[in-house]
Amino acid sequence: MQHDNLVEIEDVAFGYGARPVLKGINLTARRGQVIAIMGSSGCGKTTLLRLIGGQIKPGQGKVRVAGESVGELDTAGLYRLRRKMGMLFQFGALFTDISVFDNVAFQLREHTELPEDAIRDLVLMKLHAVGLRGAAHLMPSELSGGMARRVALARAIALDPMLVMYDEPFAGLDPISLGVTGNLIRRLTDTLGLTSLVVTHDVQESLKIVDYVYFVSEGVIVAEGTATEIRNSDLPYVHQFVHGEADGPVPFHYPAPPYADDLRLGGQGA
Amino acid sequence: MLRQSIENLGSRTIQGVWRIGFATRFFLAVLLHSGTAFRRFGLTIRELYFTGVLSLIIILVSGLFVGMVLGLQGYETLQTYGAEESLGILVALSLVRELGPVVAALLFASRAGSAITAEIGLMKATEQLSAMEMMAVDPIARVVAPRFWAGVISMPLLAALFSAMGIFGGYLVGVQLIGVDEGAFWSQMKSAVDFEEDILNGVIKSVVFGVAITAIALFEGYDAPPTAEGVSGATTRTVVTSSLVVLALDFVLTAFMFRGIS
Repeated sequence: MQHDNLVEIEDVAFGYGARPVLKGINLTARRGQVIAIMGSSGCGKTTLLRLIGGQIKPGQGKVRVAGESVGELDTAGLYRLRRKMGMLFQFGALFTDISVFDNVAFQLREHTELPEDAIRDLVLMKLHAVGLRGAAHLMPSELSGGMARRVALARAIALDPMLVMYDEPFAGLDPISLGVTGNLIRRLTDTLGLTSLVVTHDVQESLKIVDYVYFVSEGVIVAEGTATEIRNSDLPYVHQFVHGEADGPVPFHYPAPPYADDLRLGGQGA
Repeated sequence: MLRQSIENLGSRTIQGVWRIGFATRFFLAVLLHSGTAFRRFGLTIRELYFTGVLSLIIILVSGLFVGMVLGLQGYETLQTYGAEESLGILVALSLVRELGPVVAALLFASRAGSAITAEIGLMKATEQLSAMEMMAVDPIARVVAPRFWAGVISMPLLAALFSAMGIFGGYLVGVQLIGVDEGAFWSQMKSAVDFEEDILNGVIKSVVFGVAITAIALFEGYDAPPTAEGVSGATTRTVVTSSLVVLALDFVLTAFMFRGIS
C-alpha cells in the first residue's frame, strides 16, 4: 500500500556529543509536495536532511521514508532506499575530476546495466531539463555557482527518485539563478511527480514555490503552515524571520556577561 | 594545574587510542571492499596513472643522481683498497637492498602520498564523498580501494625503476667517466647480487612500504577535518608519518631479512 506521506518524522531527537541539536521534531512530507524547512543558520536543518538520508541515526524517535524506518535499516537496505532519493548539496558537490556529462551519468553507470547509448540519451534529457544540455562537455571548474547547482540537480534526478532533498539551494546565487533554481524545483516536482524537501533560509524565494513550511528553532518546530499562512503569521519568531529583523526572539547578541563587566567599568552602566 | 595536566594527558591518550582503532577499522574496511578495485580494474588503472606514472620523473631523476653519487663515493673508498672493480657490486647492492626501496618510498610519500591525502580530504570537504554515499555508492569501495591498490602496485615498480636508474648512474660515473673496467663492473655485479636474498627482499620491502604509505595517506585524507586548515594539516601528517614509518619498517625488515647474510 502506498502511504500518502512519503516522509514521516516522529519525535526525533539528535545531538552531536553532549550538544543537542534536535529536541523532538515532528514533520511529515506528503507525496508530490514541495516542503520547506526554514530556520536560522545552525538550527539543525541540515542535520534533519542527514537523518532522512540515513547518514546519521536519531538518538530518539523514528524517521520513516516510504514506510521504512531509516535508522533501523542495514547498509544494504539503506543503499536500496537511497537509490530512490536524490540530494542536492549546498554547493553542488559535483565530482571535480569528471565532466558534467559523466557527473550526471555517474549513478546510471553505477546502478544500471544500461548500454552507453541509452545512458547518453538519458543524461542529455536530464541536462536538457535543467537547461544545460549544451554544457555537457564542460568540467565542473568551468561552471558558475548557479550552473553547478543545476548540474547537481540533473544528477540528483538521474534515477528518477521519489524524494529529492535540497540543502540550501539558493545560497550564494545571483537573482537570475535564484529564480531559475526555484522554478526548476517546482517544475521538476510537478512534472516528475517527486516530493521535494527544501532546507533554506531564503524566505522570499522559497515562499513562491513551496506548498508547506516548517520553521525550526532551537531544535523544535516553532511554526508551520502554507506559504500564505506563514506570510500572514503574527508569531514573533516567524515575523522576525520573514521580515529579516535584526533583533527579536532570535537575539542579535550572542549570550555574554554584562557589557559593563566586560569593559571593566566598575559597575557603571555602558 | 596538576589535575589539568593529567586530564589533558588522559584525553590525548584516549584520542590517540581511538584514532588507532578507527585507522585499523578503516584499513580492514578497505581490504573488505577491495572487490570493486579488481572487478572494475579500469578504476585502479586510472589511479595507477596518477600515483605511478606521474611519479616517474622524480623517481627516475632521483635514482640517476643517487646512483651517480654512489659511483663517485664508492670509487673513492674502494680504490683505497685496490678494489675499484667491485664498484658494480657496491652500487647494485646498496640500491636493490636499501636505497632503492627506501628513497623511492620517501619520494613516493612526498609526491603521491600527499596528493592522495589532499584529494580525498578535499573530496570530503566539498561533500563529494557524502554525495557519493547519498547516491548509494560506497566511497570506500569506489574511491579509496582503487587508490590503495594502485599505490601498492606502483610502489615496487617505482622502486625497481629507481634501482635500475641508480645502477645506470653508477655505470655512467664509474665506467664511462672514471674508467673502471666495464666487464668487471657488470660481471662482478652479476655474480654477487642474489635474486632471492637481494632483489626479492628489496621488492618485499617496497611492497610493505607501498601498503604503509598508501594506507596512511588514504586514512589521513578520509579523517581530515573538512576545512582548508584540516586538509593542509592532514597532508603534512601524511608525509611526516609515512616517512618515519618507512624508516622504522626498513630497520625491522632489514633486521629480519639480512641478519644471516654475510
